[in-house]
Amino acid sequence: MSGEANRPAISAVALVKHFGKTRALDGFDLEVAAGTVLGLLGPNGAGKTTAVRIFTTLLEPDSGHAEVAGLDCVRDANRLRSQIGLAGQYAAVDELLTGRENLEMVGRLYRLTRVSARARALELLEQFGLSDAANRPARTYSGGMRRRLDLAASLIVTPPVLFLDEPTTGLDPRSRLSMWDLIEKLRDGGTTLLLTTQYLEEADFLADQIAVIDRGRTIAVGTADELKSQVGGERIELTLARGSDLDAAAATLGPHVDGSVRIEAESRHLSAAAANGARRLADVIRDFDAAGISIEDLAVRRPTLDDVFLTLTGHGAEDDQEQAA
Amino acid sequence: MNTDARKHGWLYWQVSDAIVLTERALRHIPRNPELLIFSTIQPVMFVLLFRYVFGGAIKLPPGISYVNYLMAGVFVQTVAFGSFTTGVGLAQDLQQGLIDRFRSLPMSRAAVLVGRTLSDLVRNVFVVAVMFCVGLLVGFNPQGGAAEIAGAIGLLLLMSFAFSWIGATVGLAVRNVEAVQSAGFIWLFPLTFASSAFVPTSSMPAGLRAFANNQPITHIINSVRAWSLGVPVGSNAWLALVWCLGIVAVFVPLSVRLYRHAASS
Repeated sequence: MSGEANRPAISAVALVKHFGKTRALDGFDLEVAAGTVLGLLGPNGAGKTTAVRIFTTLLEPDSGHAEVAGLDCVRDANRLRSQIGLAGQYAAVDELLTGRENLEMVGRLYRLTRVSARARALELLEQFGLSDAANRPARTYSGGMRRRLDLAASLIVTPPVLFLDEPTTGLDPRSRLSMWDLIEKLRDGGTTLLLTTQYLEEADFLADQIAVIDRGRTIAVGTADELKSQVGGERIELTLARGSDLDAAAATLGPHVDGSVRIEAESRHLSAAAANGARRLADVIRDFDAAGISIEDLAVRRPTLDDVFLTLTGHGAEDDQEQAA
Repeated sequence: MNTDARKHGWLYWQVSDAIVLTERALRHIPRNPELLIFSTIQPVMFVLLFRYVFGGAIKLPPGISYVNYLMAGVFVQTVAFGSFTTGVGLAQDLQQGLIDRFRSLPMSRAAVLVGRTLSDLVRNVFVVAVMFCVGLLVGFNPQGGAAEIAGAIGLLLLMSFAFSWIGATVGLAVRNVEAVQSAGFIWLFPLTFASSAFVPTSSMPAGLRAFANNQPITHIINSVRAWSLGVPVGSNAWLALVWCLGIVAVFVPLSVRLYRHAASS
């Protein structure tokens, strides 16, 4: 029994999937522990959606093995479908049906009786703040309302494992925050969640673990903090008021930092790695005052997931559109 | 959660899912009145054009008025063109990601297609009924008895169902809504015009005549025409029936197969 509990809710071993000549997945591995949230992070075309489509039985891999909730994604596809929910960037709702009709339809396809499908629909509409719009066709909904309806449809039978494919892509900031709020509640309710995203701050905020995927492979896994420490610790960054002080400033900063000082003359910008940078700031300011160098801006910066991405893949998260498969 | 999943067998759920999806597609009809209006206006235009513009120039065997000849052709053409609504509907479902949702649910793999084809059958019944009334207004005067008329209606329904599965297959194969519309015209125009719909095939050049005389649309039109005019139907009825059943036998499994592997992008 305890062995069962330790079994990952989602696992992939060496998944390969081709589309014509494109290798969308190229030996993709992943493990997600039950009851946790994994953020699958990668640029467009990295293979995120392909992985989700294999886990949700929409695609069969060319080779490799995928398992969700202890069921094989190919062999046990039929049984697996009653254990998973899928919501995504396309907001798959029937535009001509009302919000209530959409949820009732999905409920009955999940084998609920007519009566319980109706009750569940009303419950979810209430919970997702859609009660007022329940009897309006979904085509009159805003983008945020559609995503909420789509998410509600994937939760009809409160599946133990939920896949959210770019749940907030294209949403305005307010709708994004309300989606985050809903996703947090699911996480607190114990659902295992796999969330794909291009937004670094989204993975940072929602996920227990982050897997970085690039060109069809997992290239790093860990918590946001673990990934950030992989690219090094904190840095002290400062901008000078006068460009003529650059050399003196570098000499003054040198003793307070761990590595060499990087100088960008054009922007009068200095930066250097400095563990526990915050504690050293007071000394830095004092020495700069004593030397008569005036500082325009001074900060200790922790690496962002953008830095992580840049370091791991050699390219940014968003400047990679042309690779989309 | 109160589910029925274990209480019933495979066949029960096939039927249940098909009912849920047919209800869904039927709800679309009144909520998309543009589609209903345009699929009615187009055949009305054909009736008026052929009755009044071309009709006078078309030579028929003595004893048949052109409007009585024409209406069977219009009914069948209306039903044939109605079939690509099925394809367009499925292409839309694909583009909107709905097929992905349905395919991720523990449901029948044929229900979405059955729902579309049955609801399009209902829409076709409505449109053909409107055509019938328009026909009466411009002088259509059916002569067949109750049994013959019932036969004509039955064959039109069967044809509507059968051709919808061709539409479904094209929709799932082509996937893009606009492309499905164009693809529909490419195969339906030659098939409906190179037939006995508007002119007797005897006026066509030999090669074309051989094609027109032996394709399913002509057999269906000739049967509907003979029944509505109360003249002997001959072998046309059997050939029409065999064609329709053959189309169902080929295109149902073909479209279900395409659906199982359908991808949204």
